[in-house]
Amino acid sequence: MRVRGRIKRISGPLVIADNMAGIQMYEMVRVGEERLIGEVTRIKGDMAYLQVYESTTGLKPGDPVEGTGSPLSVELGPGLLGNIYDGVQRPLSSIIDYLNKIGSRRSIFVERGIDVSPLSRDKKWYFTPSALNTGDSVSSGDVIGIVQETGLIMHRVLLPPGIQGKVSWIAPEGSYSIVDPIAEIKVNGEVKEVYMMQRWPVRTPRPYRLKLEPSEPLITGIRIIDTLFPMAKGGTGMIPGGFGTGKTVTLHGLAQWSSANVIIYIGCGERGNEMTEVLERFPTYKDPWSGKPLMERTVLIANTSNMPVAAREASIYVGVTIAEYYRDMGYDVLLVADSTSRWAEALREIAGRLEEMPAEEGYPSYLASRLAEFYERAGRVKAYGSPERVGSVTLVGAVSPPGGDFTEPVTTHTRRFARVFWALDTSLAYRRHYPAINWISSYSAYIDTVSDWWSKNVDPEWKAYREEIMGILVRENELQEIVRLIGVESLDEKDKLILDVARMIKDGFLKQNAFDPVDAFSTPKKQFELMKLIIDYYRDATKKVEGGTPASRIKELLGRLYVDIVKARFSVPNEKLEMIYKLKKEALKAISSA
Amino acid sequence: MSSLYGIREYSRIAEIRGPLLIVEGVRKVSYDEIVEVELSDGSRRRGRVLDISNNIAVVQVFEGTTGITTTGTKVRFLGRALELPVSEDMLGRIFNGLGELIDGGPEIVAGEKYDINGSPINPAIRAYPEDFIQTGISAIDGMNTLVRGQKLPIFSGSGLPHNRLAVQIARQASVKGQNEEFAVIFAAIGIKYDDYIFFKKFFEETGALNRVAMFVNLADEPAMIRLVTPRVALTLAEYLAYEVGMHILVILTDMTNYAEALREISSAREEVPGRQGYPGYMYSDLASIYERAGRVHGKEGSITQIPILTMPNDDITHPIPDLTGYITEGQIVLSRDLYNKGIYPPINVLMSLSRLMKEGIGKGKTREDHSQVSDQLYAAYSRGVELRSLAAVIGEESLNVNDRKFLRFADLFEKKFLKQGIRENRDVETTLDIAWELFAELPEEELTNIKEETIKRYHPKHRADI
Repeated sequence: MRVRGRIKRISGPLVIADNMAGIQMYEMVRVGEERLIGEVTRIKGDMAYLQVYESTTGLKPGDPVEGTGSPLSVELGPGLLGNIYDGVQRPLSSIIDYLNKIGSRRSIFVERGIDVSPLSRDKKWYFTPSALNTGDSVSSGDVIGIVQETGLIMHRVLLPPGIQGKVSWIAPEGSYSIVDPIAEIKVNGEVKEVYMMQRWPVRTPRPYRLKLEPSEPLITGIRIIDTLFPMAKGGTGMIPGGFGTGKTVTLHGLAQWSSANVIIYIGCGERGNEMTEVLERFPTYKDPWSGKPLMERTVLIANTSNMPVAAREASIYVGVTIAEYYRDMGYDVLLVADSTSRWAEALREIAGRLEEMPAEEGYPSYLASRLAEFYERAGRVKAYGSPERVGSVTLVGAVSPPGGDFTEPVTTHTRRFARVFWALDTSLAYRRHYPAINWISSYSAYIDTVSDWWSKNVDPEWKAYREEIMGILVRENELQEIVRLIGVESLDEKDKLILDVARMIKDGFLKQNAFDPVDAFSTPKKQFELMKLIIDYYRDATKKVEGGTPASRIKELLGRLYVDIVKARFSVPNEKLEMIYKLKKEALKAISSA
Repeated sequence: MSSLYGIREYSRIAEIRGPLLIVEGVRKVSYDEIVEVELSDGSRRRGRVLDISNNIAVVQVFEGTTGITTTGTKVRFLGRALELPVSEDMLGRIFNGLGELIDGGPEIVAGEKYDINGSPINPAIRAYPEDFIQTGISAIDGMNTLVRGQKLPIFSGSGLPHNRLAVQIARQASVKGQNEEFAVIFAAIGIKYDDYIFFKKFFEETGALNRVAMFVNLADEPAMIRLVTPRVALTLAEYLAYEVGMHILVILTDMTNYAEALREISSAREEVPGRQGYPGYMYSDLASIYERAGRVHGKEGSITQIPILTMPNDDITHPIPDLTGYITEGQIVLSRDLYNKGIYPPINVLMSLSRLMKEGIGKGKTREDHSQVSDQLYAAYSRGVELRSLAAVIGEESLNVNDRKFLRFADLFEKKFLKQGIRENRDVETTLDIAWELFAELPEEELTNIKEETIKRYHPKHRADI
C-alpha cells in the first residue's frame, strides 16, 4: 500500500504534508503534479516533513504527495563508470539527450520533474558467468560473473546482500542488459531472479566481513602528501582551506594521479565549471598507472552550488554507496568530496526550516554524529563472498571554513574523524606556493603504518630521511620568528645553512606545479631521490660549516648548481633519475673544496 | 509555471511585519508566486510568496510595507512566478530593478517571458571557459587573466575606484582575433545616483549605449527590489547568450547591497541567523546568481560576469566577500594602500586570483612564456613585499645586496607594471615585455620559475645578444 497525502505547507526546500500515516522515516516520496523527488525527514502524527530535491517553486497546498515504499536508493551495476550524476543519481548526460529528444528548447538546463533511469536499460553488456553449476550453494557477495565495464575495470557481478541458496540456473556467456535475468537462485524453495543491477539504500552502509588496518599508502604523486603526510588506502583525510588556497586543484590532483582503481568525485555545492573541467579533461588524460583514459575509472556526482540544496545533503551518501559497491568487488576506491562544508550547510538549512534547536553557529547538534557516520564508511575491508577479496574506500573531504577560520564547527568536528589533515594556508597561496599545504600544522596518522611499504618498495632509509627533512622545516619555522625580530646576520652559521636548505626544500621539493607535465606527478622513487639529494647535500654542508666555513661561502661554491637542484623537480622526468645522481655528485664535489 | 487558477484576490491581512504581509484565508496559492498589492489609495506594489501553508501566505512586498493598512488593502495572487519578457531590442535601453522601462522611450514589443529565477545549467553540457579576454590592464591580463564565461568579482572598499576599473574593462575587453564586441548588461543594485550617472555617462560617451542594457535600483529605492534586480538582468543575459548567440559581459554592482537586503528579509522572517546575522542559505542564494555565467556546448554565446562588492571595513573575511570568493572563479582585490600611493588600478595582485587563467594563456592564446612570467612575477613581488616589512623593522641597510634588489623590484613592479592610465589599453605582449624589463633588474639565477630556454628567448640581456 502506497501512502498518499496532501501538501499542507511549503517553505523553500521543506514541504509538510498531512494524511501521511504509515509513511516510513527516510522513505522516498513523489511531490506535486510534477512528481518531484523528496525524502521524509520527520514524522509527527499523520504529518510528514519532506525535504524536496528539486526547486519547490509553483507547489501548492493540496497538491498530492505519494510514498514510494522504499528509502532513497541508488542503482548499482555496470554503466556507472564514466558517468555524471546529480545528487540523487539522475544521469545528467542522459537528461540532455532526453530533453533534446522531446524537443525541449531548454535542454541546457536541469529542469524539474525529469525521470530518467540512472543506468541504461538498453545497453547490452557481455557477461561471462563464473564456473557455477546448477545446485551449487551460493551466498551474498559471491562473484557470479564478470563484465568488462571499461577498458580499466572488470566489473564483478555480485550476488546482492541477503541472498543465500542454490543455483537453479545461470545465464550462458553472452550479451545482456542490466534488467535481463542472469541467474536464478533457489532460496528456501523460492526461486529468485538475479540481475546485473541491484539497488541499495544510500543511508545504510553496505555490509562487509571484516575491517582491516590500512597499511598500504595511497600514492598520489604529490610530494608533500606522499612523503610528508601520507594517505593510506582505506584511510580518511580532510583538506581545509580558505578560498583560493587550492582545495579543488589538490582534489583534482588526487583524482587524477592516485593509485586507486576507482575514483568517485563528488562536487558538492561547488562550481559548475569544475565538474566540466573533470568531465572534459579526464577522458583525454591518461591514468598514470595503466595508460588508459582516466574517465574509465571515474564516477562524477555533481550538485553544483546553484542546484537544489536538499540534493546536496544526499549527494555524499549516493557517492559513498557507489564507492562501497566497487570496494566489495575488491577494488581500492578513492572518494573525494568537494566540499563537505556545503553538505553541512545543507544540513543546517534543512534543520533551520524544521525549526530544530540550533547548536554552534546554527548547525544542528547532530552535525558531529553525521560526520562520524560518513567517515566511518571508509576502510580497508575483506568483502563477503568468494573468491576472497580485499577492497578499500578512502575518503577525502575538502572543508571550506568561513573566513579561513579553522576553529569553526565543521573543521573542528571533521578533525576528530579524519586521520590525515592537509591544512591549506592562505599566506602560502598568496605567495603562489602550491600546493599550499602548511607543513607545520598538517599531520598524518598513517606515517608509521605506511613506512614498511616505503622501506620495502623504495628505500630502507625512507623514514630517517623523512624525519630529517621535517626536522629542518620545523627548525626553520622557529628561526624565521627570530629573523623577523633581529635579522639574518645575527644567526649562527649552522642556522643560516638551515635557512638556505629550507628554501631549497620549499622551492625544489614542496612546491609542485600541477599543470607542468613533468612536475605534476612524481613517482615514489623520484620523491625519495629528490629528498635524498637535498638531505645529502645538507649533511655534507653541515660538516663543512662545523669545520668553520661560513654558510654564505657554501652557497657561493654551489653557484648555479643551486638553480639546477631547485629546478630538478620539473627538469628530471620520472624515468631519468640518473640525472639526479649526477647532479648530486656535482653538488657534493663543488662544496668539497671548502 | 502554469496559471491554472488565474488571478485570485484576498483582503484579509492578519499581520504586517517589516517587508512582510501575512495574508489569511487564501486558497490554491503556490510557493514563489507573484503578488500585486493594491493600497486603499489605489496605488499598487508587487511582492512574492515566501511561505505558504494551508490558508496563510507570507508575502514579501518589494517596495516595502510603508502605508499599507490591514483594512482596505487588496492582495492579488497572479498565478505565476516573476517573469521577464525578453527581446533583443532591450539593448540600448534602461529599466528599473524589476525590469520595467524607465527611459521614457518607446515600448518594446514583448518577446517570450522567462522565469527570472532561471534553472541551473546542466554541468554535463557546460563548455570549459578558455578564450582569453584582453582587458588591456596588465595586472589582470598578465597575472589574473579573465576568460570568456568566467565569473570574476572585484573586491573593493568604499571610495576605491572599482567603478572606473569596471568601466575600463567593459570598454577595452576584446577577444583576440575576433572583432566581435561584448554586449554589456549592467545591473545597478542599490547604488548612489552619482554612480549611476557615472556609468550612464560613460556608456553614452563611448557610443556604447546601444549595446548596453541597464537595470537600475538606486540607493533610495526599496531594498527588497535588490533581490530581484540581478536575476532580471541575468535572465536577459541568458536569453541573449544562449538563444541569440551573443557574448555578454554582466556587471553587477554592488553585491554588498544585495546581501544586506537578503539579511533584512531573513530577520523579518525570524530565521535562525548564520554568521553576522546573514542567513545560513546566503551561500546557495549567492550561487544562484553567480553560477549563471559560463559557456555551453552547441551554443554560440557566453556570459562573463564581473560582480563588484565593497568589503565592509576592507575585511576580506567578512561573510559577503568570503562566500563570494568560494563561489566565483577567483577575485580581483583592490588595495587602499596602493590607491593611497597613487597607483591606478590599485590591484593587490597577491590577494587576487583567476582560477581559469591557466586555460586561457600560453602558446596560440597569449604567448608561450606567459605562465612562467606570471609565476615569476608573483614569486619575486611577494619576496619583495616580505622584505619590505622586514626592512621596516631591521632597516634596509641590514639586508644583503640580493635582497635589496628584490626590494627595488617590488617598487618598480608597482610603478611600471601595475600603474597605468584609465584610457591606456596595453596588449598582452606589451604587458609581458614590461615584466621582462623588470626581471632584468634581478640576478638571472634568481629567476627560478622560468625555464632556461625561455630566459634565452625573452630576457632583454639575451635578446640584445641576438
